[in-house]
Amino acid sequence: MAGGLKEAVIELREADALRITDELLRSGTDPLTVVSSCKEAMDVIGQRFANGEAFIPELIMAGEIMQGVTAKVKPYLQTETSSARLGTVVMCTVQGDIHDIGKDIVVTMLDIAGFDVVDLGVDVPPDRVVEAVRDHKAQVLGLSGLLTIAFDSMKTTVAAVEDAGLRDGVKIMLGGAPVTADVVAYAGADDWGKDAIAAVELARTWVGGA
Amino acid sequence: MTLPDNWNELTSEARLEFRLDAWQNAPIEFASPQVAQAYRDRVQLYRDVIALKKPATVPIAPWIGLLPFRYYGHTAKQAYYDYEILKDDWYRFHEETMPDGIGLTLGIVPGKLFEILDYHLYDWPGHGTPDDTSYQYNEKEWMKADEYTALIQDPGSYWQRTYLPRVFGALEPFAQLSPWTDLVEIPFTAPFFAGFAAPPVKEMLKKLAEAGDAAMEWLQASMAADGRIMATLGIPQTAGGSSKAPYDILGDTMRGTRGLMLDKFRQPDNVKTAMERLVPLAVDWAVRSNNVTGNPIVFIPIHKGADGFMSDADFRELYWPTFKAVLLGLIEQGLVPWVFVEGSYNERLEVIADEEIPAGRMVWMFDATDMERAKAIVGSRQCIGGNVPAALFAMGTPEEMDAYVKDLLGKTAKNGGFILSSGIVLDEADPTVYRAFIDAGRRYGAEI
Repeated sequence: MAGGLKEAVIELREADALRITDELLRSGTDPLTVVSSCKEAMDVIGQRFANGEAFIPELIMAGEIMQGVTAKVKPYLQTETSSARLGTVVMCTVQGDIHDIGKDIVVTMLDIAGFDVVDLGVDVPPDRVVEAVRDHKAQVLGLSGLLTIAFDSMKTTVAAVEDAGLRDGVKIMLGGAPVTADVVAYAGADDWGKDAIAAVELARTWVGGA
Repeated sequence: MTLPDNWNELTSEARLEFRLDAWQNAPIEFASPQVAQAYRDRVQLYRDVIALKKPATVPIAPWIGLLPFRYYGHTAKQAYYDYEILKDDWYRFHEETMPDGIGLTLGIVPGKLFEILDYHLYDWPGHGTPDDTSYQYNEKEWMKADEYTALIQDPGSYWQRTYLPRVFGALEPFAQLSPWTDLVEIPFTAPFFAGFAAPPVKEMLKKLAEAGDAAMEWLQASMAADGRIMATLGIPQTAGGSSKAPYDILGDTMRGTRGLMLDKFRQPDNVKTAMERLVPLAVDWAVRSNNVTGNPIVFIPIHKGADGFMSDADFRELYWPTFKAVLLGLIEQGLVPWVFVEGSYNERLEVIADEEIPAGRMVWMFDATDMERAKAIVGSRQCIGGNVPAALFAMGTPEEMDAYVKDLLGKTAKNGGFILSSGIVLDEADPTVYRAFIDAGRRYGAEI
């Protein structure tokens, strides 16, 4: 039955996935089993994405199904189970840029992968980034931007983290269509990823969760 | 531009010739016979490359955004609000760099107009984005998931009564008015117009008139800038109208990227029917403006079909059929679709080289696409162009730019069919690197 759920999520059959979830929960299946079936399915979709067999719509749809399932599972959880999280990532689109699609996909994928994600939104000034990195003791900071002006904002943000004395404790990754290794060097970041899967891989490598 | 009386009887080839002649012989009061000749020579470059013939030299038509204003010490906000700055900087930049086409003048937009209309769809400098940043789209579901039926049934009414009131604060009262299609017989006329007595509607009409004045003030400035560039520098405009791919119309500013991606799974039939419904609207939009401007080029920025944004199967079945219908509709009218392909299109080249689109009738301008493959696959049927990267303009050296352009033209421009351009609209570029781009284009472009 839980296998049926995994299949339904992998095949992005949303209605089936939600129906099977209801049936499983009603029949007394451990809610954590339901969640782990979904996560296994997400891993398959993530792998397909990495192999060029699935694309952004598939990732977004899978994330949507995952959210639907999680909402159904929640009331069945006796206590707030704090399953071991891998670490904390602060994410934002940098100051001057309000594009959020890419950043949002990265946030979803990091969350599914087991990270606590602090999503600061878009057009975020450096001081708010610094504050969040400090307050949440983040191990990873992800800066996103679609515009070429974002290069300067990324640089300013990295510099602000440095000035606050936090740079040694946090790895910084960049993302967004125009980002290249040159931009990483320009901004003083640690690395970059071409998509959400790459971002998850970077975060895993850096916090030793892989 | 006046179309000949026998327009409906002309073949699409004859219509194209008529439009190209009208563009090349535009009624412009040139500063001198030399400038007039330079203008006609430049249009000839485009005629040649579109027809896949070898031009006298490779046309250089970069996409220009905020670059001129940055160069002359002005912010985006100043360009959007002070039309003297818009006109002067725009002209000066073209005079100093002498490309073969005028940049994207329409992209330097009037801030005052958007204030009057209380435009929610975008932020612009001083209104949500910093003073020196271009306008940016507010990604959101401006059309709701359950509104496909209304859109499909009557797009005009949907736009007027649902979409526009959401997108423009000043147009909210449109939601209260009946659709214009109610006006068919005398007894129904008075009830229809009674709606206009409501104070919010009266207020809206005042705003619309103000918006008209603000738009006209900007249009005159923008046309004055382009007119002066054409008349004294002999540089033609490279677009006379615009259109979009139906999938992008839905995905860009209606359902939003995410919304439309989910619709593909949840209500695929509605998505397809809506796109089909939008095809004639997209064609008519361009035909009307191109008939006014007398320039046959239709600027079509495309977004949501890029590599990674959907599978190959979805591109073939979902994105391409209705976009192809738009392209064929424009070509039938003698227009030249000039598609600005943002992002990477490496996975799409075989599909867009579609043999049902007549050869030598349109332009594909690429960004982050492998140009050698693009030339081999698409370039044998249509003119291609592009793709000098934004990062090279912003962070490269003149030597790197020279080498890039030389290599690019070597791969793509032999025997014609190529237009040199930037991959994206340029807001930033190192001045020396930009100069190197133009110089390299001239040097290597003449050697093809």
